[in-house]
Amino acid sequence: MKINKLYLFLIVVALVAPSLVYPVFLMKLLCFALFACAFNLLLGFVGLLSFGHAAFLGTGGYITGYLMLETGITPELGILAGTLGAGLLGAIYGKLAVKREGIYFAMVTLALAQLAFFFYLQAPFTGGEDGLQGVPRGALFGLIDLSDNFAMYYFVLAIFIFGFWLIHRTVHSPFGQILKAIRENEPRAVSLGYNVNDYKWVAFIISSALAGLAGSTKTLVFQLASLTDVHWHMSGEVVLMTLLGGMGTIFGPLVGAGVVVSIQNLLSGGELGNYINIIMGVIFIICVLAFRSGLVGEFQKLMKKNFN
Amino acid sequence: MSADYVLETRNLVKEFKGFTAVDDVNLKVERGTIHALIGPNGAGKTTVFNLLTKFLTPSRGTILYNGADITSMKSAAIARKGIVRSFQISAVFPHLSVMENVRIALQRKEGNSFHFWKSVKVLDKLNERAYELLDEVGLKDYANALTVDLPYGRKRALEIATTLALDPEMLLLDEPTQGMGHEDVSVVADLIKKVSANRTILMVEHNLHVVAQLADTITVLQRGAILTEGDYETVSQDPQVREAYMGVEADDEVAQAIAAANVAEKANAAKGGTE
Repeated sequence: MKINKLYLFLIVVALVAPSLVYPVFLMKLLCFALFACAFNLLLGFVGLLSFGHAAFLGTGGYITGYLMLETGITPELGILAGTLGAGLLGAIYGKLAVKREGIYFAMVTLALAQLAFFFYLQAPFTGGEDGLQGVPRGALFGLIDLSDNFAMYYFVLAIFIFGFWLIHRTVHSPFGQILKAIRENEPRAVSLGYNVNDYKWVAFIISSALAGLAGSTKTLVFQLASLTDVHWHMSGEVVLMTLLGGMGTIFGPLVGAGVVVSIQNLLSGGELGNYINIIMGVIFIICVLAFRSGLVGEFQKLMKKNFN
Repeated sequence: MSADYVLETRNLVKEFKGFTAVDDVNLKVERGTIHALIGPNGAGKTTVFNLLTKFLTPSRGTILYNGADITSMKSAAIARKGIVRSFQISAVFPHLSVMENVRIALQRKEGNSFHFWKSVKVLDKLNERAYELLDEVGLKDYANALTVDLPYGRKRALEIATTLALDPEMLLLDEPTQGMGHEDVSVVADLIKKVSANRTILMVEHNLHVVAQLADTITVLQRGAILTEGDYETVSQDPQVREAYMGVEADDEVAQAIAAANVAEKANAAKGGTE
């Protein structure tokens, strides 16, 4: 009941927000929040640290960008194609990666993501260093012109809510129970007869497809698909967002993405712009040292301590 | 009368780089019995367990389950066949509730474990069965507690309830009473006795009181090989076993433990006689 009220409140805030805050900033925030939520599905609920999630963000972006530029399909189809493409890549990468655990899993995903990075750098249709520029937003279902930032914002919001809902549902599903069991005690899950690698694989596919959805949407928002999205920096940034917000919590990645994107936006214009990586680094260190469960995690602990 | 074996190993060998942890073991576990695997530290007991459940791959030899060769099967598949193991440290899912722990096991046969689009509420129909299982091990009142908050003995009881949820034909218990206080030990021993009905149990156990109380057959391992086999009386009298346990250091504690166990067993037998 309390949670439902919270959701209702957040939706109302999200609906009125573009009249108060610059919509493109909000869209950026939502795209990264979705990306972080998708990543958190693996890290927080299965215990798998992927260090190559940029590959899926970028793949979604490039596919959508290319199709929008070259074929003139409607944006919802472009996004669908980007999402499926990222999911397919996730199926291939995931199949290889879930055979390994811990740091080796992280290294395999990083190596595979670097493979994707150099592919997009060299491939003839990605525009190399320039990326794909001037991607048209098109008209949703051929009807609603998305070049208007307000229309685009509500489209992005709808996509975000769908993605968020799907993750929430996955976490609170029979499948999600098994994922949590694997996170808690993998050998025991095996001894109860579960083929844990199959479960990890499916979770990996869902996570990568949703990361792709975030990337596809982001490409439409900025009308740009570039190497930044497939660079390993991006894979690191999503780790930071998730840890800062609180991994394994539903709202953590959302808050973490909000904080990181806000700080970046705030600093990038000013004279502190050159120090942005140092500042993010310090924040990361403080987060890891002082509040391990992240902002949302610490808040939940506080509530539990004081109001139970 | 030919014996009916549930689990059988033939010339089972496990070598780690130049070191033979399990050496030509021919183990036969008779249906419906409690079979204990004992031996000094490093004798290869846990390795045998890991081989039987394929957490390790045997170097050579075959494993037969109900006469069928399961040597090449994967761990999860073996569990689905009906052999479920426990671990030395209590194998629970600490940050799930007690109820959820049992439901994870019950869920497997529902066939919805990949359904990520369904609400977790579809699992509520398993609650009744989960309560029954928790009641069986005396945990009914803790159903909604977070598992990590349970005392150690109760965690082990929960582990047994979770295992029973799979209704396995055979249980492999790796040191079920390890690290427990006196009271917990007897509670768990009683529980094992209770769940052994219609089942076969193979257990690794250090506590010789428990072994004496429960085991129908005992196999003694030493340096990876079977030293001797038989019921408690036979095994405890065997001079080789005494030597293996006491070794050159003549560990009095073990000798006392064996003697004490003997007394306890006789007392038990006497009690059984008067009842």
